[in-house]
Amino acid sequence: MSRVDEEPEPTGTGDEAGTTAAFTALLEDSAEELYESAPCGYLSTLMDGTIAKVNATLLSWLGLECAAVVGRVRFTDLLSIGGKLYHETHFAPLLQMQGELRGIALEMKTAGGGRLPVLVSSVVKYTSGGEPLLIRTTVFDASDRRAYEQELLRRRQEAEQARAEAEQARMEAEQARQQAEADRGRLADALAVLQKSLLPDALPALPGLEAAGYYHTASPYQLGGDFYDLFPLDEDRWAFFLGDVCGKGPQAASLTSLSRYTLRSAAHHAPEPIAALTTLNTVLHERFTNGGDPRYCTVIFGQLEPQPGGHVTVRLASGGHPSALVLRADGTAEFLPTPGGLLVGILPTAPFATAETTLAPGDTLLLYTDGLTEARTGPARDSLFGEDALRTFAACQAPATAQELITALSGLLESFGDGLDDDTALLALGVPTHPPTRPATNRPG
Amino acid sequence: MDILRRNNVTVTGSADGPVVMLAHGFGCDQNMWRLIVPALAERYRVVLFDYVGSGSSDLTAWSPERYSSLQGYAQDVIEVCEALGHEQVVFVGHSVSAMVGVLAAEAAPERIGTLVMVAPSPCYLDDEGYRGGFSAEDIDELLASLESNYLGWSSAMAPVIMGNPERPELGQELTNSFCATDPDIARVFARTTFLTDSREDLKKVSVPTLVLECSQDAIAPREVGAYVHAAIPSSRLVTLDATGHCPQLSAPEATAQALLDFLGAQR
Repeated sequence: MSRVDEEPEPTGTGDEAGTTAAFTALLEDSAEELYESAPCGYLSTLMDGTIAKVNATLLSWLGLECAAVVGRVRFTDLLSIGGKLYHETHFAPLLQMQGELRGIALEMKTAGGGRLPVLVSSVVKYTSGGEPLLIRTTVFDASDRRAYEQELLRRRQEAEQARAEAEQARMEAEQARQQAEADRGRLADALAVLQKSLLPDALPALPGLEAAGYYHTASPYQLGGDFYDLFPLDEDRWAFFLGDVCGKGPQAASLTSLSRYTLRSAAHHAPEPIAALTTLNTVLHERFTNGGDPRYCTVIFGQLEPQPGGHVTVRLASGGHPSALVLRADGTAEFLPTPGGLLVGILPTAPFATAETTLAPGDTLLLYTDGLTEARTGPARDSLFGEDALRTFAACQAPATAQELITALSGLLESFGDGLDDDTALLALGVPTHPPTRPATNRPG
Repeated sequence: MDILRRNNVTVTGSADGPVVMLAHGFGCDQNMWRLIVPALAERYRVVLFDYVGSGSSDLTAWSPERYSSLQGYAQDVIEVCEALGHEQVVFVGHSVSAMVGVLAAEAAPERIGTLVMVAPSPCYLDDEGYRGGFSAEDIDELLASLESNYLGWSSAMAPVIMGNPERPELGQELTNSFCATDPDIARVFARTTFLTDSREDLKKVSVPTLVLECSQDAIAPREVGAYVHAAIPSSRLVTLDATGHCPQLSAPEATAQALLDFLGAQR
C-alpha cells in the first residue's frame, strides 16, 4: 500500500546502519550469554555422568555454585532418590541404546532440600569415529506441569472414589430390591394360606349330586373377598352359599371369615335360606354398621333336597347377589332371578328374594361372583363381559356336568387376561345323568 | 503353559557350550545384555529371558501375589531351566536378579552350578552396622514417587520410547518393549526390590560365586559389594572401573572379560 499523496520515506545508508546496531544491542550477541541465561537449564556430562558444563539458569534453580558442581558431581547426584533410581534403571540404558531421550519426568534436588520437578531431554554426542563422547542435556522447569498433574491425579482419585460410591449404592439398592422381593414372596405365601382358609379344603361328596368349585385370585399380594361353602344340614339335606364382601385386603378377609362361619352356624339353627341371611344381616349390622363402620356383602344361600327319581330341589335366597344360572339337560341355560334382595348388613332388617327350581338329571346350577360378569373384554373401561354373554356361553356348554362347566369357565376367565382384575368365585352343583357309583369330590381351583 | 513363551526365552551361542543364563534386574529387559552376548556366545550357550511382567513376557501370567516376593522371580528362573532341561547353569544376575539367583540356587541346587552377581545388593536400606546406600527417608520418598507415578515410569513414558526414526536399525519391536513397563507392575517390582532384606540368604550360598561391582554405583555402593563378598566364602570380588549401576552397558568389554576370566578359571 503506497501513500501517493505524501513524500516517500527517506532512505539512506546511515539509517540502515543505525537499525542494525539497535538490533544487535537488543539481541544477545554472545553465544556464551545465550547459553548461560537461556530460559532452560543446560548441562553437559562425560559418559560417566560427571558434569563438565552447566549453565547459570540451572545453577540458580538448584541454588548451586558452578565451582561446586563442574568436575565434582555427576548428573545423578543432582537427582532425587526416585529420579536417581529411574536414571540408573531406565534413563541411562535407554540413552545408551537410542542415543537420545526426550521429555523424561524427573525430580532434582535443590540446595535448600526442596525438589524441583523437571522434564529432561538428553542427546549423546559421538566422535567422528562413532564413539560416544559426551551427553548434552536440557532441563525444563516442570513445577507448573507437576501441579497440573497433581490436580489431574486428585480429580481422577475423586472420580474413582465417586465411582466406587456409586457402585456401593447400586449394590445396596440391589440388596434392598432382593430383600423387598423376598418379603413380597413371603407376603404372597402368607396371603395364599390365609385365602385358602376362607374356602373349604375340598368340596364334600354328595349322594346323587356333583359339585365343583373354582377360585381365581386377582393378586397374590391382596386378599380377596369372595367365598363359598357346601355342607350337610342333616342326613338328606345340604346347604350351600356363595358371596362377595365389600372391599379387599385384611378387613375384607375378616368380614369373609365372619360371614362364612355365621352362615354355617345359622344354617344349623334355622336352615331356611331367608332365616340364614337374616341372621347374617343382623350380625353384620350390629357388628359394623351400628358402630359407624358399615360393611356388607352380597350372598346367595341355598338348600338342596333330593327327590325321588334322582331329582334335587333347590330353594335359595339372595341378598343383592347376581342371579344363579341353570343349565338344563336339553341344552338351554336360564337365570334363576332373585330381584329385590338387599345387600346383607346395610339395614337393621332387610328384604331378601327367594327362588326355587328342581334340577333333573343332566341339569347344573351355577353360582358366581361379579368378577366373572364384570371382566373387561375390550380396551374401553366399560366394555364388560356381562350377564347376557354369560348366559350365551353357558348355553353353548349345556348340557354340562359341574366339573365340565367349571373347567370351561376357568378357561374363559384365563382368556380375559388383564381384563380380569377382580377375585372371582365359582360354584357348580349338578345332577349326574347316571348316578355315579361313588360320589364325586372336587377341590377348589 | 509354555514357559519359553511366557518368559520370552531366547537361546543363542555355542550349541555344545556350558549354559550361561543372563537375568535382567529392575527396569528394562533382556536387551540389557546385548552388548556382552557376542563375547559370551563364542564359547557358551547363552540363555536370555524376561521376568514375567517385564519386556516381552506374557503379562497375563503376572500376579501381584507371586511377584511381590523375590521367590516368585526365582520360580521363573527354575521353571525356565526346567523347560530347557538345563542343569548346573552359570546364572548371571544383574542388580536385584543377583539375589533372585541366590534364592533359585537354594531352592533348586541341581539347576544352578555357578553364580555371577552383577552390582548386587542384598538390602538397599541402611541398617545398624550396614550401609545399603538408602536411608529410610530415601525409601519413603522413592515409594511415594512410585505411588504418585510422577517419574518417567508413568504411562506418559510410552511416547518417548515409541520408536526412534534417526536409528531405524534398533527396530520398532525393540524400542517399544525395552523398558516399557506397565506402571502397576513396575510399582510392585520396585517395592519388592527395595523393601526386601536378603542378607541372611547370602550365608546359604555354597556354589562358586563372582561378585562384580562398579567403582562408582549410585545404587549399590562399594560397601555393599564388600559385604556380599564377605558373606559368601566361596566368592571372588571384582571391581570394574565403571560408572553407574549397569556395567554391561557402560563398560561392556570389561564386564564380558571379567565374566570370561572367572568362568575360564572355573573350568
